[in-house]
Amino acid sequence: MKQPGRILLGLFCLLVAVWLVAPTIVVVPMSFNDKKSLAFPPSGFSWQWYQNFFTNPEWSASLVGSLKVAVVTAVFATVIGTLAAFGLDRMKSRVSGVLRALLITPMVVPGVVLAVGIYAVYLDTQLVGTMTGFVLAHTMLAVPFVIIAVSASLEVFDKRLETAAASLGATRLTAFRTVTLPLIAPGILSGLLFAFVTSFDEIIVALFITSPYLKTLPVQIFSSITRDADPTVAAVGTLLFIATSLVIGAGLLIGSRQGKR
Amino acid sequence: MTARATDSRTAVPAVAADDRRRWFRGQAFWLVAPALLLLVICLGLPLAIVTLRSFSEPQWGWQNYAWFFGTPVNLTVLQRTFTISAWVTLVCLIAGYPYAYLMTAVGPKMRLILILCVLVPFWVSGVVRTLAWVILLQDSGVINSVIRAAGLGSVKLIRTQTGVVIGMAQVLLPFMILPLYSVMKTIDLRLMQAARSLGASPARAFAQVYLPLSLPGVYAGAIIVFILALGFYITPALLGGPRSTMLSTLIQNQVLSLLNWGRGGAMGVVLLIATFVLLALAAPLTRQPHKTGSGR
Repeated sequence: MKQPGRILLGLFCLLVAVWLVAPTIVVVPMSFNDKKSLAFPPSGFSWQWYQNFFTNPEWSASLVGSLKVAVVTAVFATVIGTLAAFGLDRMKSRVSGVLRALLITPMVVPGVVLAVGIYAVYLDTQLVGTMTGFVLAHTMLAVPFVIIAVSASLEVFDKRLETAAASLGATRLTAFRTVTLPLIAPGILSGLLFAFVTSFDEIIVALFITSPYLKTLPVQIFSSITRDADPTVAAVGTLLFIATSLVIGAGLLIGSRQGKR
Repeated sequence: MTARATDSRTAVPAVAADDRRRWFRGQAFWLVAPALLLLVICLGLPLAIVTLRSFSEPQWGWQNYAWFFGTPVNLTVLQRTFTISAWVTLVCLIAGYPYAYLMTAVGPKMRLILILCVLVPFWVSGVVRTLAWVILLQDSGVINSVIRAAGLGSVKLIRTQTGVVIGMAQVLLPFMILPLYSVMKTIDLRLMQAARSLGASPARAFAQVYLPLSLPGVYAGAIIVFILALGFYITPALLGGPRSTMLSTLIQNQVLSLLNWGRGGAMGVVLLIATFVLLALAAPLTRQPHKTGSGR
């Protein structure tokens, strides 16, 4: 490609990158606002919204609720999803193709339709606002991400290594534990992360099945945004951004150390 | 317990090898069974109930569908849902295509930065992202401050369709860029050079060589963005006004505010059918002849 075209392309992509990233950055200055307003630019500096987040029981309870649900969901989804990925990997390709498509449908079903249905089921089974209810729904939503992540690492896993281990006298369990598992661990780990984030970030189903006794953070953020212009939301956003950046940074470090992509 | 079926000819220590093979064949299914069970309970059952209620409440029949298709407001919202989704898809394609191309054309370090820019919005809470758009688009917001500083007056962005499209497209752009990139990185750029050396202009080489090869990525990205946009709820609810209501908001309104499960269900079924028909129509288009690109 010629030089001017290249520069134009670069500029255009820079704009796209700004568009992608700017909304994430803009909440940071808002979180230090000294007035209870979301007008830009903020008029002064204060830490009060961070203080509010950690001391106001409404906010801290929703954070704890979210963490609990997300941790349990991540564990369940990782186990169920990893088992499924192994099963799919071992099936005839036609069968596994159909099952795979079926298993990732939660990703494309319109959120509100699903939420309405789950709400109906939960009303009948008294699961509204319960830990079990949240974990069940979120696990279902998170399993596809685990399957995709683990399947990807199974695809590049050299199956002959297991045969080699078996020919050297390892039992199937030993071969799995000492050969297969360490090699696909990055896939399982990223599945676990995806599952955690899916649950931690999920809002539509949560909005329907929430109760005063169990509220997740996204629900609390949503109701805060719709109620008034409270910069606490911006403080939460900033904290979440920092937390996820740290996790991604750690992931990149581990990834580059293993020399994979 | 989850080791793979080894070739029967290999010398596996012969502790009841026959037994083991039989166990294996069934085992693959049992490994998938928990995921399937969960899917039936948490996806199949809820969707079945929604469908059932759309026919059974308040009494058996097609009344809710007749109401839906017989009420002009609903049809306006249905049409608007498709229009907004189409705009979002178009905006994502226009922004995402050059971006994904650039990702394939730069060095590894630059590529990492570009990928990070795509992933950052992915990893920040969706609700917070929408709040950010409220801050950016509101009348006293960042974009309007800039426009006003440039002496161009002000633009109404929040609670308009334009605002909704801008916000939704940003949220969905990664779903366009990643499939595009996974297809584009398999395209051999020497084909373009070959076309040029045979006398094609850059535009012609692009239109006749590169574009057709990248089409599976375009279709895959477009269909996933369009489908996700159809079901969007949070962004239109917070950025939109009464004139940019989408179907999801109507459904939520029927069920939670009006407690009308029948009508809400009927709308849900319409949305669901639209989604799956589109998926089924688009599936053959997204297949890549030599390699299937995964979305991530």
